[in-house]
Amino acid sequence: MRLILTVNGADHAVDLDPRTTLLDALRHDLDLTGTKKGCDHGQCGACTVLVNGQRINACLALAVMHDGDEITTVEGLGEVDHLSPLQSAFLTHDGFQCGFCTPGQLVSATAMLTELHDGWASHVTENLTETLTAQPTSRAEIAERMSGNLCRCACYPGIVAAIEEVVVRSRADREAAE
Amino acid sequence: MRPFDYRRAGDVAQATAAAGDATAAYIAGGTNIIDLMKLEVSTPARLVDISRLPLHRITQTQDGGLRIGAMVSNSAVAADMAVRQRYPLLARAILAGASGQIRNKATVGGNLLQRTRCAWFQDISAACNKREPGAGCAAKDGPNRMNAILGVSGHCIAAHPSDMAVALRALDAQIEVTAADGATRLVAMDDFYRLPGDAPHLETCLAEGDLVTSVILPPPTAETQIYRKIRDRASYAFALVSVAAALRMQDGRIAAVRLAFGGVAPRPWNDPAVEQLLIGQPPSKDLFVHAGEALVAPAIGHGGNDFKITMVQRLLAAVLREASE
Ligand SMILES: Cc1cc2nc3c(=O)[nH]c(=O)nc-3n(C[C@H](O)[C@H](O)[C@H](O)COP(=O)(O)OP(=O)(O)OC[C@H]3O[C@@H](n4cnc5c(N)ncnc54)[C@H](O)[C@@H]3O)c2cc1C
Ligand code: SF4
Ligand code: FES
Ligand code: FES
Repeated sequence: MRLILTVNGADHAVDLDPRTTLLDALRHDLDLTGTKKGCDHGQCGACTVLVNGQRINACLALAVMHDGDEITTVEGLGEVDHLSPLQSAFLTHDGFQCGFCTPGQLVSATAMLTELHDGWASHVTENLTETLTAQPTSRAEIAERMSGNLCRCACYPGIVAAIEEVVVRSRADREAAE
Repeated sequence: MRPFDYRRAGDVAQATAAAGDATAAYIAGGTNIIDLMKLEVSTPARLVDISRLPLHRITQTQDGGLRIGAMVSNSAVAADMAVRQRYPLLARAILAGASGQIRNKATVGGNLLQRTRCAWFQDISAACNKREPGAGCAAKDGPNRMNAILGVSGHCIAAHPSDMAVALRALDAQIEVTAADGATRLVAMDDFYRLPGDAPHLETCLAEGDLVTSVILPPPTAETQIYRKIRDRASYAFALVSVAAALRMQDGRIAAVRLAFGGVAPRPWNDPAVEQLLIGQPPSKDLFVHAGEALVAPAIGHGGNDFKITMVQRLLAAVLREASE
């Protein structure tokens, strides 16, 4: 099937078997190998990408179903000499060891910040109806919201600390701007 | 994965027309069916993509309830302020399930219709009556920690894995279904799922081509709503046991109660006799123990899942205590 995949702002015309997952299309057809395949069954988060700004598992998505959607992969988050705030914070806090889960962690955390900003609650949020600014961003909140991304090197303390730094900083920036 | 023909449906009529035979399947979020197709447990010849059907809205109904379109994502339901304020049980149940990524992709219709399953069902080298009627059931003698204890049959002991559906059962939701001929009907949660009996491959009352278009919530009747789930790790795991409760107290007595249970049965479980036993009574430890005993009277363990018989009684007592405080 012919379709257009819009990845990191660029349109790619591809011709794919309908069985191709979004993950395989990115890695094999578009050579965007930053997105990793861990389990291929939705159980690890290594394949996390953004579709229209929301995080999903690319291994449980068919490429043909995402014709025309805006897809963002880890390659679209920052450049080597211009890292995104999360990428810098992962370096500062040793948020990885082997690095295999890291692209998924970074993409997932990017969307998690948006979800926090939009006032989404989580399983550990005490009060479901409080507004965003009142939502606590404890480490327990971050860990729960990131539970879809496993790390076999168990770098969780660094990952949570890195995200916490960015959450605190972006909240302070927003308050200063208001 | 086996090859299949892919069609994207533009409207409900196109969808039901394209899916009206046994070789076709709908795909919404895809988080369950793609998984099963990779394992070749599910092998549809035609996949009808319903993800772009105009069923993405949550609206108020005339009687003060809510209508949730079948394509609304699980995340969007849990984020909706009307749901959070008036049906916290539903938001809590969804947030207790899967991961942020899966909840973004998973739809309301797909969550209801994810397969009732067990590890052996997903292993095509194992005997499974659900996958292959008459083949036997590997779970009965094999590891069966996740399997069901209530509503099971000698043919199948798989549990329905949804958290959301357990909340919908306790909230007395109705499912709106459109058939291939365009006719629309409402099905109560109670009538939506079948028990396995001697045909575990049939899981719901839906016929070929039937499309779930909405879930309808009646106005909430109980201010106290609780969902508690026990799982093998703190997050991102299916329920071992879960309890949903919607309860109203009046003059120190339980005036109304709706209970539903997850992880223990081939469908979101409920037992009207247990609810009847609680109504009109002042809350007490003895009452809750009695309710738990009544609940598990018909339970059958298969070794690895025996612990659920005790666990569900304790969880029920804990939830009732919290709800009636
Ligand atoms: C790793 C992992 C962990 C998970 N953990 C949990 C958990 O803790 N709790 C929980 O509740 N769930 C959990 N899930 C399951 C998840 O919630 C379901 O996969 C999801 O809700 C299915 O929705 P979907 O839209 O992706 O369905 P799909 O995969 O698209 O469809 C599922 C089935 O429903 C049918 N279908 C879909 N929509 C309709 C419709 N409108 N009308 C008729 N038929 C339809 C399809 O034909 C298919 O048979 C988990 C899944 C994974 C992969
Ligand atoms: S419990 Fe049901 S699904 Fe599991 S192996 Fe037995 S028949 Fe198959
Ligand atoms: S590769 Fe997609 S979740 Fe593991
Ligand atoms: S850094 Fe190795 S898996 Fe996370």
